[in-house]
Amino acid sequence: MDRIPVLRMGSLLLITIQVDMHDKLAMQLQDDVTQRISEWGSTGVLIDISSLEIVDSFIGRMLANIAAMSRVLGADTVVVGMQPAVAITLVELGMSLPGVRTALSVEAGMELLFEAAAPTQSGLADERPQV
Amino acid sequence: MKELAEIVSKNEEQIRAEWIRDMGKSVQRADLMSQVELEEQCRALLSAVAAALKSSGSANLSAAGWNPVRDLLQEISTSRARQGFSPADVAMFVLSLKQALFSVIRRDLSGSQDRLFEVVWTATELLDRLALITTEAFMAAREELISRQQQELLELSTPVVKLWDGILALPVIGTLDSARTQVVMESLLQTVVATNSKFAIIDITGVPTVDTLVAQHLLKTITAARLMGAECIISGIRPQIAQTIVHLGINLEDVVTKAKLSDAFALALQRSGRKVVREASAPVNPISSLFAKREE
Repeated sequence: MDRIPVLRMGSLLLITIQVDMHDKLAMQLQDDVTQRISEWGSTGVLIDISSLEIVDSFIGRMLANIAAMSRVLGADTVVVGMQPAVAITLVELGMSLPGVRTALSVEAGMELLFEAAAPTQSGLADERPQV
Repeated sequence: MKELAEIVSKNEEQIRAEWIRDMGKSVQRADLMSQVELEEQCRALLSAVAAALKSSGSANLSAAGWNPVRDLLQEISTSRARQGFSPADVAMFVLSLKQALFSVIRRDLSGSQDRLFEVVWTATELLDRLALITTEAFMAAREELISRQQQELLELSTPVVKLWDGILALPVIGTLDSARTQVVMESLLQTVVATNSKFAIIDITGVPTVDTLVAQHLLKTITAARLMGAECIISGIRPQIAQTIVHLGINLEDVVTKAKLSDAFALALQRSGRKVVREASAPVNPISSLFAKREE
C-alpha cells in the first residue's frame, strides 16, 4: 500500500490507519489530508489508529502536525482508538500531543467533531463575511 | 576415602534407625510433616549419600556422582521452605546425621585411633558441606517465595473498579514507584479500552506521600489516558499532600483534582450528562402508591 485512503463523510474526513506506518506513508498522508481539507472544505478530521500497534516519535510528531495543519485550514482533528501500549510509548517518548483531541471510539470521536462544528458554523456567518 | 564409604554402606540400616531416633529428640516437627514422610526422606538421602560416596568419594561434592544427593537436598529444603520450617530446623536435618554416623564409625574403627580420627574428620567435613548446600537451597526457595509474593502483591494492589457505565475508579494504595506505576498504568488503560470508559478517577487516599517522582508518574498515567480519549480525575488528596504539592512546585494545573472520591464521581457523572436525584416522595409501600395513582 503506497497511501492511506482519506474518506469523505459529509463535512468530515475519515482516515483509518490499518497498516504499520512508515515515514514515507506518513508524509504522503500529511499531503493528502491538507489537500483534501482545502479541496472539500472539511471541518473535521477523524483519524482512527485502533489497528496501529507500533509507534515512534516520528509518527507521534506526524499526528501532532496533521492536527496543527488542519487547524490552520479550519478543521478540528480527533485521534481515536489509541491502544494502551501506543499511549504508554508516546508518553515515555515525552510526546503528550497537546493540541490533539482524542476519543475512545470512532463513534465518540464523531460526536466530538459534530459538537465542535455546530457552534462554529452558526458563528461563522457573522464573524467572517463571505469572500 | 574408601573407608567412610564402606562403613556407610555396610551400616546403612543402623545409621538410619539411629538418625531418625536422634532427630526425634532434637528437630522433628510432627506438626509440619508426618513421621512416614520424614523416614522416607531419610532413607532416600542416606542411600543417595552411600551411593555417591562409593562412586565419587567425598573430596569433591560438585562431582557428577553427587548430583542425585544435591538434587535430593534441594528438593527436601524447597519443600520444607514451603512447609514453614525454620533455617535451623532444615540445617539440623542434615547435621543430626552426625551422631548416628560417628557412633557407627567409632564402633567399627575402635582399634585404631589415627584411622578413627581421619574418618571422623572426613565425615564431619562432608556433612557440614551437605548442610551448607541444604541451607543455600532453603534460602533460594524462600527468596523465590518472597519475590513471587511481591509480584502477587503488586498485581493485587491495583484493582480497577467500575463505578458506573463509562466511569472507572482506581484506588491506589501504597507508595507509587516506577514498577507499580507501570502496572497501574497498564491495568487502567486496558480497562479503559475493555469497558469503553470516558472517565477514570485515580484515588490517592492510600498513597502515604506524594513527591515529585510520584507526581510525575501520575501525570504520565493521566497523559496516556488522555491520548486514548479518556479523562482522568485525581481524588483523595489529603490536606498535607495538597501542601506538599504546592511546596514542591508540582504543576497539576492541567489535571482535574478533587478532595474526595465522591466529589470526583459527582463531577464525572455531571460531565457525562447524568444526575443523581433523590426521589421526591418515595412510596412507603406498593399499595399506597397504587392509591396515589388512582387518585390522579
